[in-house]
Amino acid sequence: MEKNINVTLKIWRQVGPKEKGKFETYKLDNVSTDSSFLEMMDVLNERLISERKVPIAFDHDCREGICGMCSLYINGHPHGPDGEITTCQLHMRNFKDGQTIVIEPWRSAAFPIIRDLMVDRGAFDKIIQAGGYVSINTGGVPDANSIPISKVDADEAMDAASCIGCGACAAACKNSSAMLFVAAKVSQLALLPQGKVEAAHRAKAMVAKMDELGFGNCTNTGACEAECPKNVSISHIARLNREFLSAKFKD
Amino acid sequence: MWLIDSSIGRKLIMSITGVFLVLFLLFHSLMNIVVIISPEGYNMICEFLGANWYAMIATSILAAGFVIHILYALFLTFQNMRARGAVKYALKKNQKEVEWTSQNMFILGTIVFGFLALHLYNFWFKMQFVELSGHGDVSKAADGAYWVSQLFSSWIYCLIYIVWLSALWLHLTHGVWSALQSLGLNNKTWLPRVKTISNIISTIVILMFMSIPIYYLLGFGSGI
Repeated sequence: MEKNINVTLKIWRQVGPKEKGKFETYKLDNVSTDSSFLEMMDVLNERLISERKVPIAFDHDCREGICGMCSLYINGHPHGPDGEITTCQLHMRNFKDGQTIVIEPWRSAAFPIIRDLMVDRGAFDKIIQAGGYVSINTGGVPDANSIPISKVDADEAMDAASCIGCGACAAACKNSSAMLFVAAKVSQLALLPQGKVEAAHRAKAMVAKMDELGFGNCTNTGACEAECPKNVSISHIARLNREFLSAKFKD
Repeated sequence: MWLIDSSIGRKLIMSITGVFLVLFLLFHSLMNIVVIISPEGYNMICEFLGANWYAMIATSILAAGFVIHILYALFLTFQNMRARGAVKYALKKNQKEVEWTSQNMFILGTIVFGFLALHLYNFWFKMQFVELSGHGDVSKAADGAYWVSQLFSSWIYCLIYIVWLSALWLHLTHGVWSALQSLGLNNKTWLPRVKTISNIISTIVILMFMSIPIYYLLGFGSGI
């Protein structure tokens, strides 16, 4: 049932990457519990604009949980307190009347802040560019049944491929490690015949790029899986370790 | 060198030394419970593991295992703290799926290491070290049962050792499965199994260790 709530927002404001940031407090009244979290942010920004103040910068795009563009560290959780959703799928019904909501950007040395709540997640693109693709010529479209793939492998690869690259794993990790992201991207290809060919090179190149960009070391806390909006499993990290170690021992 | 440069290489070193130290703990705890069953038998083991060449080689390898494990822990922890960046989260909540131990391995490790220094002073310094250096009472150097009953005649030491072993138990419950995960020996089906197996291993090891101070604390060992 729809009702309206009043909330207090503590939002991180930072003018640029090198500037010092701080929290600003905003009071927002009569927020519909049916509105989404980002709609609530839009309402706040409309008000700031009408007051001739600078609106709050935050990332968003598709607003249906598939593009991986939205971020926001809300009340101590990436993508908010609700499980298995992105920030754009979060609704105000998850909050109580009179509640204070703390909104921070992803905090990681590898994700520098651009402005306010917006961070530069180009590091993930650089990791993909290092080897997260298939470069062999696979020719024309073969008959669908010419390369049999087991249901188990197909499901596992699809689960890994559900990663949208939002960066919640690195944001949630106490070590700011990007292992879940890299593991998902390595797994989705390593499990399938076309991707297997370059699996060893891919694992080495992507891990090397991840380390170079300043992400931390994985200590298997499992915080990434718990906060992942797509519920990508840490068993993919074991596969990445396996792929990487066997590739290195072969050298 | 990829064992130092790459994150997974560093984790490999951490897990191999970790598994090695767990195997040592298993051996050490098996050896220890002999003191309950037969103090004479325990002293025979102490004699066997005195300042002999093979015991010295094993001790050196063991010490190297500890040093590497600790140095890499410092190195990895420093890197991980730096990876977060200059500004930390103002509000960070944990998820119920995340074990407390997994986020506090360095603190638990530091506690274990602190008590380890005390433990070396309590036993190694009075036993193998005396044999090596020739200083002190050499006649008691292989009388392990004497030193055990001497130390645990004090209930404070019993409690200190029980607290120490509890910290070690917490360290192991995360450490054992985490080592296997870092070695890549895991998948979706085996993840809960590996966690259960590592809980069983660490509990058995710690219970064997703990049985000795508890045995003395309850007064059974006073007759020796």
